[in-house]
Amino acid sequence: MLRFVLRRLALMVPVLIGLSILLFAWVRALPGDPSRALLGERATPEGIERVNAAYGFDKPLIEQYLTYVGALLRGDFGESIQTGRPVLESFTERFPATLELGATALLFAVVLGVPLGYVAARSQGRLLDTSVVSGSLLGVVTPVFFLAILLKLVFADKLHWLPTALRQDPRMDATHITNFYVLDGILTREWDASWDALTHLVLPALALGTIPLAIIVRITRASVSEVLHEDYVRTAEAKGLARGTVSRRHVLRNALLPVVTTIGLQAGLLFSGAVLTETVFAFNGIGQYLFEAIGSRDYPVLQGFIIFIAIVYSLINLLVDVSYGLIDPRVRAA
Amino acid sequence: MTIPLPPSQVVPDGVIGLDADPGVGLWRGAFRRLRRNPSAIIGAVMVAIFVLVAITAPLLTSYAPGSAEWSGQVTPSSVPGPSPEHFLGLDRFGSDMWTQMVYGAQQSLVYGVVSTAIGLTVGASLGALAGGFGSVGGRIGDWVDTAVMRLVDIMLSIPSLLLAVSIAALLGQNSYAVMIAIGAAQVPIFARLLRGSMLSQGKADYVLAADALGIRKTRIVMGHVLPNSIGPTIVQATLNLATAIIEVAALSYLGLGESDPAVAEWGRMLVAAQDRFDAAPRLALLPGAAIAFAALGFTLFGEALREALDPKSRR
Repeated sequence: MLRFVLRRLALMVPVLIGLSILLFAWVRALPGDPSRALLGERATPEGIERVNAAYGFDKPLIEQYLTYVGALLRGDFGESIQTGRPVLESFTERFPATLELGATALLFAVVLGVPLGYVAARSQGRLLDTSVVSGSLLGVVTPVFFLAILLKLVFADKLHWLPTALRQDPRMDATHITNFYVLDGILTREWDASWDALTHLVLPALALGTIPLAIIVRITRASVSEVLHEDYVRTAEAKGLARGTVSRRHVLRNALLPVVTTIGLQAGLLFSGAVLTETVFAFNGIGQYLFEAIGSRDYPVLQGFIIFIAIVYSLINLLVDVSYGLIDPRVRAA
Repeated sequence: MTIPLPPSQVVPDGVIGLDADPGVGLWRGAFRRLRRNPSAIIGAVMVAIFVLVAITAPLLTSYAPGSAEWSGQVTPSSVPGPSPEHFLGLDRFGSDMWTQMVYGAQQSLVYGVVSTAIGLTVGASLGALAGGFGSVGGRIGDWVDTAVMRLVDIMLSIPSLLLAVSIAALLGQNSYAVMIAIGAAQVPIFARLLRGSMLSQGKADYVLAADALGIRKTRIVMGHVLPNSIGPTIVQATLNLATAIIEVAALSYLGLGESDPAVAEWGRMLVAAQDRFDAAPRLALLPGAAIAFAALGFTLFGEALREALDPKSRR
């Protein structure tokens, strides 16, 4: 197992090197001069020269690249052109927000999706099954930002049941230790702050979790209905095992493997969706940070964001692969 | 002396042909199964409606898209609703909503088809290159396969919408940028899929037989392996049309779409409708529902097609 993990980690290295070269070339090929973007209306030839020198935009390309990679290896992702703050600092500060949102969305999707898919498979062909299947199809094709806008307009703007934006009421003035706002409230025993953060999470998490929910329902249903037709299930039922025991020990255990794979595959969807959802709800995570960076052509932020996402995404995929081994002994042996 | 047997006994059902009745080709058999599947028919009808509206858009309305002719009638608190002249009312900028919707369908169709075509062409070429060389094997074969797949791995290290966002940000605000960005984000999917099915076809007995007959490797790959592997890729392209239509709207939403206000685009209509939701919820609901409708049609049809082409479902 350890060898497998190490091998997979080693395989990430060429991918990341390739990505850094592509990203470096990409940012240099962007239309619009970065120094001009920084200075905006006040751009003068002298000013542009000064900024070029300060950010190294005037050095030879190969030198710029080596400096860039060297800095990356030291954990220096550069500074935002807009705010002058280190990019990594903004990431670590905002990443908990995205993680909190993504985890809540995934939790919602799994907790609701697996039972729904299971029930649908058990009642195949009946009304319950048909409605679950059609509902999940609708969930897959509804654009995440459309759903986010609808939820916001109906439940926040119109009905005022839930907050419209942000992660917490600014008047809360809560203490933040980890930047996971719900967790922070628990740690500091500021229960109302925790509750407030939770209410801010509901709508974005619903919007973000709907597509993963729909996908998990569909995969669980397909997988369970396949396993239900297996000989060993019939044998288990024939030898008189209780229905619950068959479901737990024979059906669910075997049906869950593709479901776990699918849950792992949602990571990419969650990151992509987070950019859109966070933008709708002004939920101050890395998604919204990216959105702002696109608008202001903040190259170091864009570059840093993609490298950051690539590392996190690859690590999550590795984690998913490792978890197969834990669930399925056949994978472990191979 | 040989005893002539009736044909049905010489060729039992499903032994020679993959299908139940011999002589029916892969695609023809798939078409038969499609016709029997209700969700395939619903999907096909939805796709047909969408395509028809998109193609005949200029005939369906007498107004031009993006014209702000009636902007005087729009106030911050009210947007005129349906009237005899304007079947769906006006939009937030004073254009005819119905006109915007049908021209929006045209935009979505063009964006979806062109970007998927880009992704399919580039991705399938890369996949065929890797899969072709990979199934031939040898030092050069494996090397080409590995080199191509490493490139694909790099693209796969970023979630697809974010890849599209990065490329669109690079190319600037125009329709080509959107199509290329969304197409490029699909490349790894097609490349991996085609390579995978080519590699598994490469191990089939008929390839071994062709090889033993002394047929050249290029001919085996191009003439046998590739045509037998392309099915799943075609299915994926149908499903990707749905994703592409949604992603075009998403890029628009993020401010990376077409910037010309005269072009009607569902994603941008949604953005514009946000601050008028109280006065006119239809401004957001209509384009949102239209995106979902088009995506649903392609998804239903694509999934039915996948099922029809799947050997396991041929019964």
